[in-house]
Amino acid sequence: MATRIEACGVSAYYGSFKAIDAVTMTIEPKSVTALIGPSGCGKSTFLRSINRMHEVLPGAHVEGQLLLDGQDIYHREVDVTAVRRMIGMVFQRPNPFPTMSIYDNVVAGLKLNGVKRKPALDNACEKALVRANLWDEVRDRLSRPGAGLSGGQQQRLCIARAIAVEPQVLLMDEPCSALDPISTLAIEDLINELKNQYTIVIVTHNMQQAARVSDRTGFFSIDRTGEPGRLIEYDDTSKIFTNPAMKRTEDYITGRFG
Amino acid sequence: MSLQTPLQSRRVIADRMATVLIYAAFLLALIPLVSVAWTLVSKGLQRLDGTFLFTSMNNIGAFDDRGGAYHAIVGTLQQAGLATLITVPLGVLGAIYIVEYGSGWFAQAIRFFVDVMTGIPSIVAGLFVLAFWVLVVTPVFNDGRPGFSGFAAALALSVLMLPTIVRSTEEMLRLVPAALREGAYALGIPKWLTIVRVVIPTALPGIVTGIMLAVARACGETAPVLLVAGGNPAINFNAFEGNQSSLSLFVFEQAGVASQYAPARAWAAALTLVVLVLALTIAAKLLARRNPLAR
Repeated sequence: MATRIEACGVSAYYGSFKAIDAVTMTIEPKSVTALIGPSGCGKSTFLRSINRMHEVLPGAHVEGQLLLDGQDIYHREVDVTAVRRMIGMVFQRPNPFPTMSIYDNVVAGLKLNGVKRKPALDNACEKALVRANLWDEVRDRLSRPGAGLSGGQQQRLCIARAIAVEPQVLLMDEPCSALDPISTLAIEDLINELKNQYTIVIVTHNMQQAARVSDRTGFFSIDRTGEPGRLIEYDDTSKIFTNPAMKRTEDYITGRFG
Repeated sequence: MSLQTPLQSRRVIADRMATVLIYAAFLLALIPLVSVAWTLVSKGLQRLDGTFLFTSMNNIGAFDDRGGAYHAIVGTLQQAGLATLITVPLGVLGAIYIVEYGSGWFAQAIRFFVDVMTGIPSIVAGLFVLAFWVLVVTPVFNDGRPGFSGFAAALALSVLMLPTIVRSTEEMLRLVPAALREGAYALGIPKWLTIVRVVIPTALPGIVTGIMLAVARACGETAPVLLVAGGNPAINFNAFEGNQSSLSLFVFEQAGVASQYAPARAWAAALTLVVLVLALTIAAKLLARRNPLAR
């Protein structure tokens, strides 16, 4: 299962500060969409608006419509936890729960949402770890602490944790920025496999990574500090990186940013 | 330029001096600690035996060489236990409210009054419970007689323990990284469940340490117990009715008696109190660490 995401005029605020201005884009199912742009351009904020994590911060709120298969997730009758179960998220720094074992980390989302049967949990744990390419490395130490793994393994553990709840969309906020090149490669391979089942949105500072893993790319930018970030250009990745329509996009990807 | 620093260089000399200074300060700080511990153990062991631990002072005069602190141990355990039962849920829930839910003037007001409470002298807490509970509330149910009891002492100790527990729990909850909370929210776990299953377990060792500090402080308080539990040379197992003693009150009483046998009883009770608090702290720490992952 995978889901189309349509953002219609999405603006996000931190208190009275407008961080992104009227972003409109359609994210296709079963594809990888990369969001690139300079620091502070609002790409992470936009990503966090997609699963309503933006509003967790005090004073933060979102305006506009965000449709998940046609259903507005910001409608006031929508249950936030249901949205987040449907749209998983992987963070910049691996954040396994330190008091839980590898096993408990993977099934945390299921267990704490009411799945009690041990066989079902065992099954989901193995399936998620296999899909996250971590099963072979941890199969005989599932009861050890999740925080004892290496950084790259921890990040794959967090991916396993996110996909164990069977979401339809996977959001990744610079998932490789704290990892070494080999772990990065492992995660990128994983993204390629996962896109057969999930709609994936990835924020990255690494343009080679965006070019390698994504099908479509969105370029965000700001005019100057204090202004809201905007979506400048959104197109097929091959077109963005070879023949962008906008001068600003070209300047950014060729390193002549200004 | 040579990479080897000459031994007489200013840096090396300054380093040596700082090292000597720090060790000297450490030894200096150790002197009172060792002195207290040594005095307590050497004088306390004179009378610390089965008789002391399991007899009371009932019908034993000041100039008698027997007698013990059983009644006081029972009193301390019951009063501190009741105070812990009252303050731990209240304090931990209060801290959770302040950190996780409270925003705006109400949480600010609570924080302010917790800070104010931290500074309440124990005698004032005792007077408060005496004036409110012992002399006003209990006489209504008691044919007009004031209700001195171990429970009243527990109430006074609660007033002292509550701010300590709220503040220490608050600090520990704030130390839990926001990334863990976000990780749980992103899995669709509701906020309350995130707090119960992710935030509290992560902060638990620190929370337990804070609680044990509060308990240790409460066990050592004398004034409130004297005021509202009154003291009692006999054993009283019922904390809700009648006078009770406590270890610190027992020490206070025995230390003030002009008898050659009383000081030994006071020292033995002081040692008992320290060992009791130490045992409770160790037990609580072990329980908090009884995590399958710590093996």
